[in-house]
Amino acid sequence: MALFEAHDLHLRFGDRVVLENVSLAFEAGKLSGIMGPNGAGKTTCFNVLTGRYKPDRGRVLFDGRDITGRSPQAIARLGVARSFQLMTLFDEFTVFENVAIALPATRVRGGDALSQAYADPALVADALDILDKVGLADRADDEAKSLTYGARRALEIAVALACQPKLLFLDEPTAGLGSDGRARLADLVRKLKGLLTIVIIEHDMQFLFSLADEISVIHWGQVIARGTPAELKGNPWVEASNLGRLN
Amino acid sequence: MLASWLFFASVPLWIERVGLYQYLGVEILIFATYALAFNLVLGHAGLPSFGHGAFFGIGAYAFGLAQFNIVPNLWICLGVATLATAASGALVAAFISHRRGIYYALMTIAFGQIFWFVAIKAHSITGGEDGLLKIARLPVSLGVASFDLKENVALYYFVLVIFVGVSLLLWRLVHSPFGRIVKAIKQNETRARFIGYDVWRYKAAVLVISAGLSGLAGALFAMAQTSAFPDVMSLHYSGYVVMMTLVGGGLVSFWGPVIGAGAFFLARDVIGALTTGWMLWFGLLFVVLVLFKPEGLAGMFASFTQRARKAAPISAARAQPQAGE
Repeated sequence: MALFEAHDLHLRFGDRVVLENVSLAFEAGKLSGIMGPNGAGKTTCFNVLTGRYKPDRGRVLFDGRDITGRSPQAIARLGVARSFQLMTLFDEFTVFENVAIALPATRVRGGDALSQAYADPALVADALDILDKVGLADRADDEAKSLTYGARRALEIAVALACQPKLLFLDEPTAGLGSDGRARLADLVRKLKGLLTIVIIEHDMQFLFSLADEISVIHWGQVIARGTPAELKGNPWVEASNLGRLN
Repeated sequence: MLASWLFFASVPLWIERVGLYQYLGVEILIFATYALAFNLVLGHAGLPSFGHGAFFGIGAYAFGLAQFNIVPNLWICLGVATLATAASGALVAAFISHRRGIYYALMTIAFGQIFWFVAIKAHSITGGEDGLLKIARLPVSLGVASFDLKENVALYYFVLVIFVGVSLLLWRLVHSPFGRIVKAIKQNETRARFIGYDVWRYKAAVLVISAGLSGLAGALFAMAQTSAFPDVMSLHYSGYVVMMTLVGGGLVSFWGPVIGAGAFFLARDVIGALTTGWMLWFGLLFVVLVLFKPEGLAGMFASFTQRARKAAPISAARAQPQAGE
């Protein structure tokens, strides 16, 4: 049984069907990709999987537990973290605090209104380790909003990592990055691969094909193909979808 | 922090020499306490509440009613006022904590108006528009000794003690894990939710704490005035505390609301001595500040005196693991 499974998800906004019969499975320890053109329903799919929207029909299972329709915070606490396509950071916090606030150690002390925040040296060390991993340790004291775009992308991932998830969803981590930034981000993802289960949404085919163990292609709100990069290379549907010929 | 407390402690010694009067000091301190409590919601949590006057008023009424109907003991009455207001804060929070921005603001106005209306109409409990009169300034009993608060100077020092207590408590609160999480929610509710925080509960808790402390300030005001009236619950009184907080710079500075409360009452008395239209001038000051210096008086002060000392860099904690903040 896979770590994360979705069965027959349906979602409609008004009379528009956004997801139809979407079934996905992400194996533990693997890096899976979700590919498809703009507006195909990739991000909506993520939003259903992470609790932002409730599906009209279908089930979502994580670690053998039914999490369909649970709140984002409940799903996050079970060990599912995500990044966002549009940057979603705590802009006025320092880089350090962005990560520190997301650590479970901070969260469990949320009712503590009397002691100093981040007084625990172990917590500080944890946060700095994560920043080290994404290459931002030397920017720890800078405000998040002062970072360059590429660095903010890395911080976006660092915040998700700070949740110490079993499963990490990355929503278009390369959005808006140049080829340099892409290469750096690919290195980072490669470093994380194997340490935890990762699912990436991406429409950059090259990026995904070089990293993923398995890819699902979504188009018109449905999964139209699924397989390893090698299997998908020759698939006419995938090619047509990626070139925008399926509209 | 210590400097501002010492400053306030010295006020009764000179306030009459500069042509003002002791009661003004009492008013400023009470409203400074109230504005600090209000700023927990507006400045620290980023929740625009325009109905906070209701909590201030409920505290005042609860203090009066407790001393008439329960027992005329200062501590018990202050406690009742705080708890009753926190409870009404919880009631409001239950209805509005899933809202944000303008919707939150509108809901707080609506609830503020409801409480205000009830205060005017429930004649048999609140005295309606005549107010609740003959509220006593109860003596401070400490077991072995008892102090009388009938003199304004004595009341001033008692209010100062409460002010110090409330400001210490709030200072602790905003720098605690709870306070930082609230600050995170202010910046990005969505992200806070997706890193596992139950945003609703934090927003509700903030409103309850702020309401309770506003009620405590309201109780002190009932003592100062020896009565409680519905007008402090009205929309424009709720607006005053917003003005105090913004003029003072509550959005950027912990002490901003205190500066704002001082500026507000000084403007009332000093400009008010020259013209009955003092609110026009204070209003203009408000407009000018919001347009050109949204950080308020505290922000101006900070730009003059250089940036406040920066916190010890967190990266230093690595070399010296004990030094972490």
